[in-house]
Amino acid sequence: MDYFLKLFLSGTAKGSIYALIALGYTMVYGIVQLINFAHGEVYMIGGFVALIVGGFFFTLGLPVPLVLLLSIIASVIFSSAFGFTIERLAYKPLRSKTRLSALISAIGISIVLQNFVLLAQTEKYLSFPSYLPELPFLLPVREYINSTQLIILATTSVIMVALTLLIKFTRMGKSMRATAQDKHMAQLVGVNINQVISVTFVIGSALAAVGGVLICSYMGQINYYIGFIAGIKAFVAAVLGGIGSIPGAVLGSFILGWTESLGTGYISSDYEDAYAFIILILILIIKPDGILGKNQKQKV
Amino acid sequence: MSDVAAPILDIHNLSMVFGGLRAIDDVSIHIKSGEICALIGPNGAGKTTIFNCITGVYKPTKGSIAIEHGERGSERIEGLKPNIINKKGLARTFQNIRLFSNMTVLENVMIGRHNSLKAGIFKAIMRDRATREEEQRVIDESHDILKKMRLDMFINETARNLPYGAQRRLEIARALATDPFLLLLDEPVAGMNPQETKELEETINLIRDREKVTILLIEHDMSLVMNVSERIYVLDYGRLIAEGTPTDIKGNPEVIKAYLGE
Amino acid sequence: MTRKLVIKEVLASLVSMLWFSVLLFPFMVMKVNVASGVAQIRFRWAAMPVIAIAAFVLSFLWRRALIWNEHRGDKLSTSSPFALARAFIQKALSKKPVRRTSLLVLLALVAVYPYALGMYHTNIMITALIYVILALGLNIVVGLGGLLNLGYAAFFAFGAYTYGLLWKYAGPAFVSAGINTGWIFWIALPLAGIIAVIFGILLSLPVLRLRGDYLAIITLAFGEIVRMVLQNSSAVTGGATGISLIPRPWLFNLRLPPRQAATYIYYIVLILVIFTIFVVRRIEDSRVGRALEAMREDEIACEAMGIDLVRNKLATFALGAFWAGIAGVVLAAQTTYINPDSFTLWESIMVLMAIVIGGTGSIPGAIGGALILKLLPEYFRPLAQYRMLIYGIAMIIIIIFKPDGLIPRNRKKYTFVEKVAQDGKAEVQA
Ligand SMILES: Nc1ncnc2c1ncn2[C@@H]1O[C@H](COP(=O)(O)OP(=O)(O)OP(=O)(O)O)[C@@H](O)[C@H]1O
Ligand SMILES: [Mg+2]
Repeated sequence: MDYFLKLFLSGTAKGSIYALIALGYTMVYGIVQLINFAHGEVYMIGGFVALIVGGFFFTLGLPVPLVLLLSIIASVIFSSAFGFTIERLAYKPLRSKTRLSALISAIGISIVLQNFVLLAQTEKYLSFPSYLPELPFLLPVREYINSTQLIILATTSVIMVALTLLIKFTRMGKSMRATAQDKHMAQLVGVNINQVISVTFVIGSALAAVGGVLICSYMGQINYYIGFIAGIKAFVAAVLGGIGSIPGAVLGSFILGWTESLGTGYISSDYEDAYAFIILILILIIKPDGILGKNQKQKV
Repeated sequence: MSDVAAPILDIHNLSMVFGGLRAIDDVSIHIKSGEICALIGPNGAGKTTIFNCITGVYKPTKGSIAIEHGERGSERIEGLKPNIINKKGLARTFQNIRLFSNMTVLENVMIGRHNSLKAGIFKAIMRDRATREEEQRVIDESHDILKKMRLDMFINETARNLPYGAQRRLEIARALATDPFLLLLDEPVAGMNPQETKELEETINLIRDREKVTILLIEHDMSLVMNVSERIYVLDYGRLIAEGTPTDIKGNPEVIKAYLGE
Repeated sequence: MTRKLVIKEVLASLVSMLWFSVLLFPFMVMKVNVASGVAQIRFRWAAMPVIAIAAFVLSFLWRRALIWNEHRGDKLSTSSPFALARAFIQKALSKKPVRRTSLLVLLALVAVYPYALGMYHTNIMITALIYVILALGLNIVVGLGGLLNLGYAAFFAFGAYTYGLLWKYAGPAFVSAGINTGWIFWIALPLAGIIAVIFGILLSLPVLRLRGDYLAIITLAFGEIVRMVLQNSSAVTGGATGISLIPRPWLFNLRLPPRQAATYIYYIVLILVIFTIFVVRRIEDSRVGRALEAMREDEIACEAMGIDLVRNKLATFALGAFWAGIAGVVLAAQTTYINPDSFTLWESIMVLMAIVIGGTGSIPGAIGGALILKLLPEYFRPLAQYRMLIYGIAMIIIIIFKPDGLIPRNRKKYTFVEKVAQDGKAEVQA
């Protein structure tokens, strides 16, 4: 039971990070039906910017909490800008073309960003100094959950609530939902599609950036390649929950986190990366549209 | 096949529910061999849904659909897969045109002839004499069908590039290529100009008279419906509200109410 | 171009310059190194003007190119040298003797290739030709059937491991029976095709209900699971270290030295490529191929035409898997060493890129795409570490400017000579 609880909690922390990336995937998919392969790279960029900017301010001798704050802000801003730029450069020209060509463009971007960071920075793994505080009240239970994990959980929860409110109640949120349902109709009723798509990429990228900072602090290292695997897994999580569905992405991410954590804990760590795929296959066989995906009977 | 033994269609107490919506409510329809029958009703009445149930796209919630073989009894088809139902001799067109849009006009029709050919993968690779002859036969037959539908000038055109009216006709040609005894046309003249509509009216008559295909059609164009059909079913909110000859329907107060609202 | 327009574009490019200078600043100017837990930053100010100028120039060119691309259709048809050249080639190739001679010349060139260019280039070409087979196979699945498969490398792996395992477990028996081990290749070749087909059918059975991108992600999952299983069942497959010393095929009873063996394999793979093209073309232009395409175009209409989607999908996966299996055997024979790293997701993605860049559904496209994707990086080698960066950029540029691929599918045209009518007049129709 003890062991289970430990695994469960670490799975929860992991799941909440997947959720931050999966949300971006699912939002973009919901609106432009594109598997945004480069999304994982945006998350990697977020981690790197935090490392660089944080390092800069730290060497200036600023107090640690301020360094943390500045590095997160920088990371969010730069990742969003990258997300925006990628969409304008590589996806927008292909919007009216086949979805396969946009997918190839996304893969191209993924290759470019990985190699750009590799060349401009380094191909080595760098250790990632964590600026996250130690929470003293967690000391007695630190075997189960440590400060980083709790901070991750709390941050993710807050962001999730904020995002839900944004999509439910703001004007932009309404436009996004309208665009997701029917792009053409949305345009007819006066929604600015270009703007909605850009905002979607910006929000998705910002979430990925936060995810990047958190997971790098958690794992303690970073490398130009971390985005690829994380991106695939987040995509798996989004599909698990029903791609296009925001609560689905969150649920899928937690299921993925738990599966991985329990799988490695109880079965074998050799297959850590395989559990994600196995659970995906099982769930899709039972529910072909994902757990919370709408079972859309196609109108004929 | 002789007219007596020709199968006809019998729909009995059909219902289809989507979530909370009763799209079809206890509808019974009987199609007689060799007739042209129309299914009309205001938007959202459930006409297309009936087609979808007949052709296996949806599995009806309740009721039965059967092909009547006369003395040889009847054959229930509700809930079967669309391809099986097509093989039994029911072919349809779609309200929102669903052509194989990146393929050529001829290829679209050739696909309709799929089940009248046999060549499997190995035959296709070997391309023996029988396969070559079969292939030539399907090309010729498809060409003939296209000529009948006055589409032969478009043969090598990509389907997506056809004018709208021609696309609708191509859908009919493709459906005819499957050798149906019953053809279901979902709004065949929607979007056509009066000239094209007139021509299609003739074509529909020709299909029935020459090819001996029974026709059930959904249409909003009342003059076409009144000119071409022998019997009409009227649907409103999923229910059948009237049935009869064009003259009966024209004077039916229920129908007028359904169309004009209150 | 009017002056006003020039000014507008220069201004736009200036904005881009500013944008990219800021965007890339943390990566290009600041360089991070972490020593004893502290991130240290070194500033490389020299990079600053480089980014600024590059961003300005590239942004200007990009904008011009996009505009040019948009209006390309209107002008190109008539007068551009490209269009004229293409029209000329098409016209020439439409004549049978020309087509036949150019095919013969091509064949001759391809045949002397290993002698003309030596072993290094021969080996590169073998790898490229293996990819041609893969691309042609995947083209059946994605191009004709319209089923997005991101786990294609798994079938490639099944092929390679069929040969590897056959060698590992049956090899000693061959040796002790006095049969030369070069024959195993020839047994493995058809066997791998069959095994890949069986797995193709088995794996696709549970996923037939899935649509579009769900299918893509589940094939990705299958592909990765297959790789991880290969990696972790060390007892059977040798795990991460794989299987080594796999024999190259022998020329009858003659064991060839590496150089000649490479040439030999080159010819084998060449014949396989020709065989694949032959078969794939025939499938495409047949009842089966048309049914696959109909499924890609519209599943609902396809079913309404009496076509069984389940059978169709199984056929698609099986047909695709077969070629990957064959290609896998050749890979194992060429490298004499296989491990799970050769069958990653990237491999699947590369093959997919090859067919989309070449022109989805087009056979010459798949061939061209595979050659470009495999040969370009080899000849980019002098660019050393910039290779992959340029590669990625090239992919994006190609797909944006040629979204239908470099050699899009040319549909078959039919001509009809009207049968002699009763009054004896013949009528010709287009
Ligand atoms: N797949 C589906 N899921 C949910 N509701 C559906 C589905 N298909 C049809 N409906 C609903 O069933 C009702 C009947 O639709 P149907 O398309 O049959 O109407 P129709 O008579 O063909 O109308 P129209 O003349 O506009 O074509 C409508 O309210 C429609 O929204
Ligand atoms: Mg309708």
